[in-house]
Amino acid sequence: MTAPSPTAHEPAARAAEPLLVVEDLKVHFPTSDGMVKAVDGLSYTVERGKTLGIVGESGSGKSVSSSAIMGLFHGTSAQVSGSIRLGGTDVLSLDESEMRKLRGRQVSMIFQDPLSSLHPYYTVGAQIVEAYRVHNDVSKKTARKRAVELLDRVGIPQPDVRVNDYPHQFSGGMRQRAMIAMGLANDPSMLIADEPTTALDVTVQAQILDLLQDLQREFESAIIMITHDLGVVAEMTDDTLVMYGGRAVEYGATREILSHPEMPYTWGLLTSVPDVTGDVDVPLVPIPGSPPSLLTPPPGCAFHPRCAYRDQVPGELCSTLSPDLERGGRGPGHLKRCHLPDPESIYQSTVLPLLTHAAPSGAGEDVNR
Amino acid sequence: MTQDVATAPEQDAAARPILTVEDLKMYFPVKSAGLIRRTVGHVQAVDGVSFQLAAGGSLGLVGESGCGKSTTGRLVTRLYEPTAGSIVFDGDDISKTPPRRLKPLRREIQMIFQDPYTSLNPRHTVGTIIGTPLRIHDIVPKDKVLGRVKELLEIVGLNPEHYNRFPNEFSGGQRQRIGIARALTLNPKLLVADEPVSALDVSIQAQVVNLLQEIQRDFGVAFLFIAHDLAIVRHFCPEIAVMYLGKIVEVGDRESIYDHAHHPYTQALLSAVPDVAQATVGGRRERIRLEGDVPSPVNPPSGCRFRTRCPLAQDICAAQEPPLLQIGPRHKVACHFPGRINQHPRKPLTAGMLGTDDHGTPDPGASPSEDLHSGPGYADTWLDLDNRTFGRA
Repeated sequence: MTAPSPTAHEPAARAAEPLLVVEDLKVHFPTSDGMVKAVDGLSYTVERGKTLGIVGESGSGKSVSSSAIMGLFHGTSAQVSGSIRLGGTDVLSLDESEMRKLRGRQVSMIFQDPLSSLHPYYTVGAQIVEAYRVHNDVSKKTARKRAVELLDRVGIPQPDVRVNDYPHQFSGGMRQRAMIAMGLANDPSMLIADEPTTALDVTVQAQILDLLQDLQREFESAIIMITHDLGVVAEMTDDTLVMYGGRAVEYGATREILSHPEMPYTWGLLTSVPDVTGDVDVPLVPIPGSPPSLLTPPPGCAFHPRCAYRDQVPGELCSTLSPDLERGGRGPGHLKRCHLPDPESIYQSTVLPLLTHAAPSGAGEDVNR
Repeated sequence: MTQDVATAPEQDAAARPILTVEDLKMYFPVKSAGLIRRTVGHVQAVDGVSFQLAAGGSLGLVGESGCGKSTTGRLVTRLYEPTAGSIVFDGDDISKTPPRRLKPLRREIQMIFQDPYTSLNPRHTVGTIIGTPLRIHDIVPKDKVLGRVKELLEIVGLNPEHYNRFPNEFSGGQRQRIGIARALTLNPKLLVADEPVSALDVSIQAQVVNLLQEIQRDFGVAFLFIAHDLAIVRHFCPEIAVMYLGKIVEVGDRESIYDHAHHPYTQALLSAVPDVAQATVGGRRERIRLEGDVPSPVNPPSGCRFRTRCPLAQDICAAQEPPLLQIGPRHKVACHFPGRINQHPRKPLTAGMLGTDDHGTPDPGASPSEDLHSGPGYADTWLDLDNRTFGRA
């Protein structure tokens, strides 16, 4: 993982605010049926050189919140409010032309499906050259040199030849590498990877994750990793944000979230995936039902209709009062949105036996504490 | 580690095979551009695959994209006609059955598709989609179709009163349930599930996997489970075959494959799976790095197809194709250097059997073994790698 920054920089880093600060972000889409609250009051921060993982099912708002950072809702009917500060700049107050200067240079995005996010009519090289020349006043020749350099950096063999290839001539893994090369063309300080490895095979996925980590170490960029694969979150991220129905339901250090989660939705995510080393006789425990409608979200806690533990909360609290994002029991910075009075004991007694990957009994933890 | 006796009977070794596939090949022609489209080569999508599936059992097919696992599934359902090889289903070879005689077969073998959005006709109601197989095969009288449709909807956990709705009114997970109900309509003996959960959300995946397990338990359907998610396959299938570039490189029971993999590709594949338990340790898991991409199936490498990316490759790998050796009661591997991680032999184990020297050059003095071609299923004797002897059941 990323080495802690040298102590000399510590005081300065502490005084300054994190690279990315998202506060009370709301993205609402007016539709003929009413207001769709895709993101409703989301706050998080990402420090330079760190990785934040955002998990949640489709429709939980994880991609929408990141698109807002890229300023992709300019000129649409979406109503974006709150604040997004990137390196001190308030992204939401920028107009489109200012945003264009920021996009690609300060923050860039890697999309899930590299085939549909690369232009089929242009060579890979031409697309990287374009991305570079938007922000750098250089000749085509220099930009092309830079493109070859970038392709080489992301591990594409014979970059000087492949730079003239069209996207369809690349394999899936190579396309994703080319996307990463394009994203890195201007050394952005913030990289948003939206399901960067979901369409890839495991061995290629591992290569791409390695590459992202190497590049992060090299450029000290911050990464937001949107994924539904908890294994990827466990291996790649420092912090984890679990989203449900457009809001954060649990947020904190990845190590704590995945080993001592305190929110039933996070439990559900953990118990519904099998593990390559787990006990096959332990049945998978899915989260019943389906994701909530963002048009008419359930009253109270958005998760309560699917929650198996709502009976353990006194009264009708879950269905009437939306819980606040409060401090959880796992150290400072751990936040959860749940009414359950003693989640840790329920986790230990009920959830842990359901996890197919038997939790390592403390051995790994002690070493790292 | 070695107390595998308890889990072994999970797949009854003596169970009658419902499906036996032997030396199955599927070559797709590659045509040249232009007016006269001559065949300029073949994509060897599946090249000599043999396996056996017990009645009511389940076999997982795993591998990276392009390894031929989906093509194998489509061959078994006879959506393609194989180039060569045999597919024996329930005693009959169905590999050459002409299309017009396939109709009775469709009752026995059904398929669940990956994408629940494109595999359901958006203009048909759910009742029509599920009821059509009943009408085509004339199973129940017309006035009983609706009753059966409702029954099926109930089995897959949908509201039976929703038969009048259209697919777009359902979520992805519910649509996949409709696809499953359609596959179950004719009480098939074999279900080919091609990536049945990979298009679904994590929380929904478990619902569908549990449903498939229930169906298998209640109806005794055999499953050919095709997926690239190693954890899901491990959870679902007591027996797994790993494919690489059109060939099975390792096949065996769950324990053999996941705990004692002997093929470097299987080992690399398993080591690359990100692990949730890693959260407490931090950082990445140690893994075997594979260089490069999967080679083109039009022009596969000589000898062992994995050699171009294999950390163990030596001369013999280019010269000789490794035979699928049985190395355990239910474990076969196709490698010249089979062994546990970091315990691979230095010298090719197979040289003697193939009648070559250690570099793969034929040795005039040697006598190659006759019975290297191993068919589907498992033999009673095997090569015990740990003791360098022959094991016997």
